[in-house]
Amino acid sequence: MKSSSDALGTRPGSLREACGRAVTDMAREFPEVVVLDADVAGGTGFHHFRSAFPNRFIQCGIAEQNMVAMAAGLADFGYTPVISTYAVFSTMRAVEMVRNSIVLPGMNVKITGSHVGMDAGPDGATHQSVEDIAIMRALPGLIVLSPADANDMRRAVRAMLEHEGPVYLRTGRSPVPDVYTKRDSFSEFRIGEADLLADGRDVCLIGTGVMVSRCLEAQGLLEREGISAAVVNMSSIKPIDDKLLSRLAKTVGAFVTAEDHNIIGGLGSAVAESLSKTTPAVVEMVGLKDTFGESGEPADLATKYHLMPEDVVKAAKRVLERKSNR
Amino acid sequence: MASPAIGQEDLSVMQSIANANRATALRMIHAAGSGHPGGTLSCADIVTYLYEREMNIRPKEPDWGERDRFVLSKGHACPVLYAELARCSYFPVDQLMTLRRVGSILQGVPDRRLTPGVDMTTGSLGIGFSAAVGMALGAKKRGSTARIYCMIGDGEIAEGMVWEGLLFAAHASLSNLVCFLDHNKFSSDSAVRLVLNVEPYLEKIKAFGWAATEIDGHDFQQISSALNEARTSNRPFFIVAHTVKGKGVPYMENDPAWHGSLALSDQQLAQALEALGGRGEK
Repeated sequence: MKSSSDALGTRPGSLREACGRAVTDMAREFPEVVVLDADVAGGTGFHHFRSAFPNRFIQCGIAEQNMVAMAAGLADFGYTPVISTYAVFSTMRAVEMVRNSIVLPGMNVKITGSHVGMDAGPDGATHQSVEDIAIMRALPGLIVLSPADANDMRRAVRAMLEHEGPVYLRTGRSPVPDVYTKRDSFSEFRIGEADLLADGRDVCLIGTGVMVSRCLEAQGLLEREGISAAVVNMSSIKPIDDKLLSRLAKTVGAFVTAEDHNIIGGLGSAVAESLSKTTPAVVEMVGLKDTFGESGEPADLATKYHLMPEDVVKAAKRVLERKSNR
Repeated sequence: MASPAIGQEDLSVMQSIANANRATALRMIHAAGSGHPGGTLSCADIVTYLYEREMNIRPKEPDWGERDRFVLSKGHACPVLYAELARCSYFPVDQLMTLRRVGSILQGVPDRRLTPGVDMTTGSLGIGFSAAVGMALGAKKRGSTARIYCMIGDGEIAEGMVWEGLLFAAHASLSNLVCFLDHNKFSSDSAVRLVLNVEPYLEKIKAFGWAATEIDGHDFQQISSALNEARTSNRPFFIVAHTVKGKGVPYMENDPAWHGSLALSDQQLAQALEALGGRGEK
C-alpha cells in the first residue's frame, strides 16, 4: 500500500491541496456543489475550484458566521455547499452556526477545516486548531473525517460528497508523505471504517491525518527493536470503527493514538471511548498535552511538541510496559 | 404579482385573522406554561399578512421548490407563526396546544425538521437572517422566482452576523430578499436603546447598501405598500416596522416583563382573549 511518489502530482502534496483539487475534479460529477470561501481560497486549496468553476464559487468575505448560516439557505435550494476556511474559523468562530443552522436541521453542507495542529506552522497558536476534532465530534450526528494523505483525501472527498447530510473534513497545510498509492485514491472510502495498514502482534498504532505516516515510520523503528506493531489509519473519526478496535483490543491489547490535536476530546478520546464500551485495553496518547502551540516550522513544532515518529515509539514502549504489568 | 390596495372590508378581515392568531398564540403559550408573548404579539400583523396576502405558497405541498420562503429569525415569536401555519392547513389545528411539549412537532423555536411549513431552523439570534440571505442567493442562482422574506428583532440586530449578512446581501444585489425589523423597542432585559443602542436603523441599513423604508407594522395598508415597493427594488429591501410589544393586550403593551419571563395565569389569559375579541383556534 505504501508508495513514495506516484500520488496526484509529482511530489507529495498537502491535504488542503488534495482537498481543493478533489472537489474541483469531482465538480462535474456533483453539479450541485458550490464552494463558499472566506477570502482564503489560496490557503485552503479551493483556488483550483475558483479557477475552474467561477460561477459556482461564492466569495463570502471575511465573515465566517454569515457564510456558514448562508450555506444552510443554499442547501435549502438544493445546492451542496462546501465551506472553505481554516479550522479555527469553521469549527470555532462559526461553531454555533454549524450547530444550529447545519447540523441540527441536517442540511447537506460540507464543512472543511485547514491549518490544523502544529502542521499549521508559523502563523502561531491563534491559527493552529488543536480542538476541532473534539468540538465537531461532540455535535450530535455529525460525521468527522481526517484523511492521512492526498490519496486518502481524494477518496474521502468522494465519500463526503456522496453522503447526504453534514460532514466535517479536516485537511492540513504542509505536504505529507504518501501513505496510499494513486490507485488507492480510487478505492472506496467507507465512512465508519478504519483502515488496518499493517498487522502486528504487540502494539497497535492508530493515527489520523499527518500522524498516520509518522505511525508507519514508528512501526519501522519498533520493528528494528523486535516489536511488532499494527498500524491503523483512523480517517473516519466519527463514526469510529468499534469493530476493528474491539478485535485489535483482543488480539493486540495495547494502543498508541497519534493526532496533531489536543489529546483531550480528539482521536485518543474517541478510541478510549470505543474501547471502554467494548473491550478495555491500555492506551497511550500522542498529541498536544493540553497546551497551545506557537510560531515555528511544522517540523520544528512537531519535535518540540512531541509529535514525531520517535515520540510514537516512546509511547509504544510505555504502553507495552503497562500491558505487561496488567 | 403585487397585491392590489386593500379595501376596507379586507382590512377588517385581515385584522380579525391577525387577532385570532394572537389569541391562538397566547392560548398556546398559556398551555405550554412558558413562551414569549410580547414579541409574538408585536409581529402578528406582518406574519399574518405575509401568509394571507403576499407569499406564493402551496400549503398542501410544503416542500414545493418554487415557493416563497419566510424565515422567522426572531424565532421566539413562533407561536403566531404556528397559529398562521395551522390556519393555512400546513398541519392540523389540534397540534397547536402541544407547543413546547415532549414529542411535539412545535418546538420552542422553529425547527424545519419537525414542523411542516417552517422554512428554516431559527431562534438562535442572527442565524435565520443569514440563512435567508443564503436562500435568496440560492434562488437567484437557480433562476427561481421565489422571494425570500425574513423577520428579525430589534434586539437581535445587535448580533454581528446580521451585519455580515447585510453586507453580503447588498454586495450580491439580492433583490429577491425582504427583511422586516420588528421594531417593538424592547428586548429581553429592557428598552433596546438602553441595552445596546442601534439607532438610527434606517440610516445604518441604507448605508449598508439596502433599499429601506419605515412603516407602522400594525397598519396593513402600510405593510402592503412596503411589500409592493420591495417588488420593484433592484436591491435587497429592508422594512423597519414600528410595532408595539404585546400589541393587542393592554396589560402587556410596552412592558418588557412580557418578553418571556412571566407565565400567563388563567385570569390573565381570559383578560387577553377578551381584549383580542375571541379565542382564536380551538
